Amino acid sequence: MATEICKAPIIKVSQMTKSFGSQRVLDGIDLEVYPGEIMVVMGGSGCGKSTLLRHLIGSLTPDQGSVKLFGREITTMSEKDLDSVRKKFGVLFQSGALFNSLSVGENVALPLREHTDLDEVTIEIVVKIKLELVGLRKHADKMPAQLSGGMKKRAGLARAIALDPKILFYDEPSAGLDPVTSAQIDQLIIDLTKKLQVTSVVVTHEMDSAFTIADRMCILDKGRILKTGSRQQFEALQDSHPEQLQSEQDRLIRQFLRGDAEGPITNRAVTSDYEDDLLMISVKNEQG
Amino acid sequence: MKDSDSATPKKTIAHDAFVPIAALGRFVLNAGYRFFSALGAITLLLGQAICAIAKGLLLPRQHLGREALFFQMVRVGVRAIPIVIVIQMAIGMILPLQMFPKLNEFGQGNEIASINAIAGFRELGPLMTAVVLCGFAGASIAAELGSMVTAEEIEALRASALNPINFLVISRLLATVVMMVMLTVIADVVLVASGMLTGMKLGISPQTYYQLTIEAVNVTGFMTGLIKAGVFGLLIGLIACSLGLSVKPWEGSEGVGRATTNTVVYSIIAIIVTDAIFTAIFYAYGLFN
Repeated sequence: MATEICKAPIIKVSQMTKSFGSQRVLDGIDLEVYPGEIMVVMGGSGCGKSTLLRHLIGSLTPDQGSVKLFGREITTMSEKDLDSVRKKFGVLFQSGALFNSLSVGENVALPLREHTDLDEVTIEIVVKIKLELVGLRKHADKMPAQLSGGMKKRAGLARAIALDPKILFYDEPSAGLDPVTSAQIDQLIIDLTKKLQVTSVVVTHEMDSAFTIADRMCILDKGRILKTGSRQQFEALQDSHPEQLQSEQDRLIRQFLRGDAEGPITNRAVTSDYEDDLLMISVKNEQG
Repeated sequence: MKDSDSATPKKTIAHDAFVPIAALGRFVLNAGYRFFSALGAITLLLGQAICAIAKGLLLPRQHLGREALFFQMVRVGVRAIPIVIVIQMAIGMILPLQMFPKLNEFGQGNEIASINAIAGFRELGPLMTAVVLCGFAGASIAAELGSMVTAEEIEALRASALNPINFLVISRLLATVVMMVMLTVIADVVLVASGMLTGMKLGISPQTYYQLTIEAVNVTGFMTGLIKAGVFGLLIGLIACSLGLSVKPWEGSEGVGRATTNTVVYSIIAIIVTDAIFTAIFYAYGLFN
């Protein structure tokens, strides 16, 4: 760990906020990701983790704060400069986001055709290599509609690594997959990160998957990062007894990591003015 | 509870009377806002498309999805051919039959050929074809692009440093323009043929009918129709692409449905209003004499 922290972060987010209308979705996010590691961003549904990812890939612009990829500020970049940064990272979207009108092979070939000067034969070879990496070499001619959910994600991953990116972003890679396929995807993320020496940022709410792949983790709640740390730190927190934990925050993280039904997360959902709420209905009715 | 008693203002009749007026005001403001933001989006898209085409012609490295153009033209236009033929055959029959009795009273029955030709080439050819294409091309383009947004495909394009304008919009715009013009030519031919057949039933010889048609429609008349057709095609393409891409990823099938419906409605309105403007301009410049 100590050596990694010495390196300059490849992704650096500081004091980033984003609101949609009156709702603050991200509230002062600070995040650093170092080269070669797998950073897992965890959080419950609606905590803003997909929104965070969309800021990292330049799809959304924050209201305040900065996002630096490869040491370059992307929030104020022109679309043209942003495109040059985009060629250096790959994104696996939640549904795979394959282009439905193109075959699997053409999907992978597309970034190569558009962004490189490679001839058709070379492109075909590269496509084969990328598809072999995700185990889909035999399915190059299939259309996306013919693929299962897991295969779509693997094909999407092959497309994401087509240009040999330095960073890979994964949006809920195991969402909607059966346990075995999900485990295969996890293994693929680990393998690719090591083989291709990329940095990976994975957004997920699947704890098993998170603990399998993460080097470091952070937990997002209500648009804030509660804790960032190594996987070991989070494992220790998960196995701890609630009595040992000093802060409410640690107890909250523990509940999330363990997936317990009872705990601080559940408690804060119970509002106090339930009786008042019920009473108001009858009062309103009387006033007519 | 105490709060609500004191905070709620006493309702008055005057207050109630303002409720529908306020609602009407909000409706008008909302509609106005939506209209102008749609107009702005469409104008912006047109600008971007022109820039992209210009760059594509000047810089060979720019890709415009040329391969996709043919595919789009087939999808947009070829399937619409049978419908255009049926509609123009019907119109080529309706117009002469409506006009003939009155004209015949003045001994001008043959003139149905001129009327059919003028109305067809200048107006009904481009207009009816455009209406057909609104449903065929407009709706299908809007639904396709909208679905691509909800399936994260557009975001994936952007994340791959590919521009949806170059990649998706240009081919569809060119396809609607080209196919509109070509379909209009077909429409014009079918209209004359249908009118000729009807004329034969009414006792006008094909030679006379043909002669009168040629005299009635000069090159200018034919060309103004085709220019209109091209502009209508551009409008359909722009509106469909703009509304399709304006679907938000989280809106799902509801957003796609709304984009599709709005495309058909907005396109038809835009086409007819533009037609009126064109006709006024052509009239003012004396192109109809």
